[in-house]
Amino acid sequence: MLSALDRLLLEKVADLHEIPKGAYNIRRNGEGVQRNTTANIDIVTKKDKPGIDIIVKPGTKGESVHIPVILSAEGMKDVVYNTFEIGEGADVLIVAGCGIHNACSETEQHDGVHEFFVRKGARIRYVEKHYGEGPGTGKRVLNPKTILDAEEGAVVELELVQIMGVDDTVRDTEITLADRAKLIVTERLLTDFLQKAVSDVDILIKGDDASAQVISRSVARGHSRQEFLFNLDGYARCRGHIQCDAIIMDNAVVISTPKIGAFSKDAQLVHEAAIGRLESQQLLKLMSLGLSEKEAEDTILKGFLK
Amino acid sequence: MLQLKDITLRLSDGRAILEGVSVALQGSKIYAITGPNGSGKSSIARIIMGMQQPTAGFILLNGQDITHFGITQRAKLGIGYAFQNPPRFKGIKVSELIKLAGGSKDQTSICDMLYSVGLCAQDYLNRDADGTLSGGEAKRIEIATVLSRRLRFAVFDEPEAGIDLWSFQKLADTFREMHGKTDTTIVIISHQERILELADEILLMKDGRLAPVPREEILASKDSEASCRCRQSCGKRGLEHVECVG
Repeated sequence: MLSALDRLLLEKVADLHEIPKGAYNIRRNGEGVQRNTTANIDIVTKKDKPGIDIIVKPGTKGESVHIPVILSAEGMKDVVYNTFEIGEGADVLIVAGCGIHNACSETEQHDGVHEFFVRKGARIRYVEKHYGEGPGTGKRVLNPKTILDAEEGAVVELELVQIMGVDDTVRDTEITLADRAKLIVTERLLTDFLQKAVSDVDILIKGDDASAQVISRSVARGHSRQEFLFNLDGYARCRGHIQCDAIIMDNAVVISTPKIGAFSKDAQLVHEAAIGRLESQQLLKLMSLGLSEKEAEDTILKGFLK
Repeated sequence: MLQLKDITLRLSDGRAILEGVSVALQGSKIYAITGPNGSGKSSIARIIMGMQQPTAGFILLNGQDITHFGITQRAKLGIGYAFQNPPRFKGIKVSELIKLAGGSKDQTSICDMLYSVGLCAQDYLNRDADGTLSGGEAKRIEIATVLSRRLRFAVFDEPEAGIDLWSFQKLADTFREMHGKTDTTIVIISHQERILELADEILLMKDGRLAPVPREEILASKDSEASCRCRQSCGKRGLEHVECVG
């Protein structure tokens, strides 16, 4: 039975207002509490370690899988290993995400290791939201690791969002693309207070006519610190583009380290990185429409992180 | 009525951008402010909107001293300003920006607003108001954000810059319509003869001061710009007391 707090966390990380349709697995405080499978999507508990296997049959179209994780138990440290097998030609939406409610003085932590095998011609949209809250002084820590292998002609969209209340995060992403595979990663990150975030993305393009696009936008406020390590290597006739934009405020620190490596003369790779303050002209414009300075700032940041 | 009384603006090095500018801008009229680049036209606009504080002088709106009012406060009093170089917004759609400007406007009125500045609503409603817009597109959207507000006092800073001929004509019609339908005082900073012709009164700025030159003389000087080889619309050609640098 889900509590009101559980439901609030589910809404934040998975936009769930009720139990989702289709396949789902809800994990609370280190244990699976509700699960549903469909004729095309199976969810199986791993036997050797905590976690699940999500198996999507080839050709499955228009279905979704929700696998949110919620933590609210005092001092809970949860590690989970999930494996996604996306069959040939399938087209599915996967909504993950983790919400932590910390009401105590001890650290609560979730480390999620997600491994994806996206088979030939399959298409996935993977949405991962991270959220922390609660009156406790203990840290809220989330460390997601994503390893993804996209086969020929696969299309992968990753939306990685961390907007509120996570004190410490190390986001580790490793992706390999085969021929004609297409990858779009959008990352949105907001840190405040003393929060720290590291995003380490490694993309390896092995196949001809494959493409990768990473669009990262972040806002660092307070005394928070963000570090981005983006590495894109092209070993074939391919295209890759990393666009990394950060707005820095107050006493925050943002470090962006781009690296692109071409191991083929036909690899076309671009990296753009920009770190800057909130533009004063943007604030003035919105204030001239009647918004207060705070409303103008919020509107600009909300748009930027959309 | 908006009154500027002895407005002076000095830089920290003591250089004067505006020097004792006094003018009373009456309701329901179109004013054009023209003059060479660097003469202080945009500074007047920014001082009216509250984006810059004058070093000395007063601003009165219908008798109320608003000199020390902030931008938001002035906006709420019905003062609006269309930027010369509008900022772009990542992640904010054109329709959202116009909604922000005009409150909760319905889709039809947003479309009408875009059409009035020469943009096809279908193409622009869902576009981001970011760096992918050309200078002319951003400029027209900027004007639409001001047109969509119910203003007592609207300042347009060089609205014609970056706008093609057809849209320019449309823009002139829009100003005429606004003038006919509302009692908004419209101030347009411009070098363009056709914009100046719209104005009930033309104010000529020179070296940070208002120059007492009659409307007809200013328009006649703009006429002679047609033969100006530099065609920089600097506003200097033909005025006896201003040396043309072209």
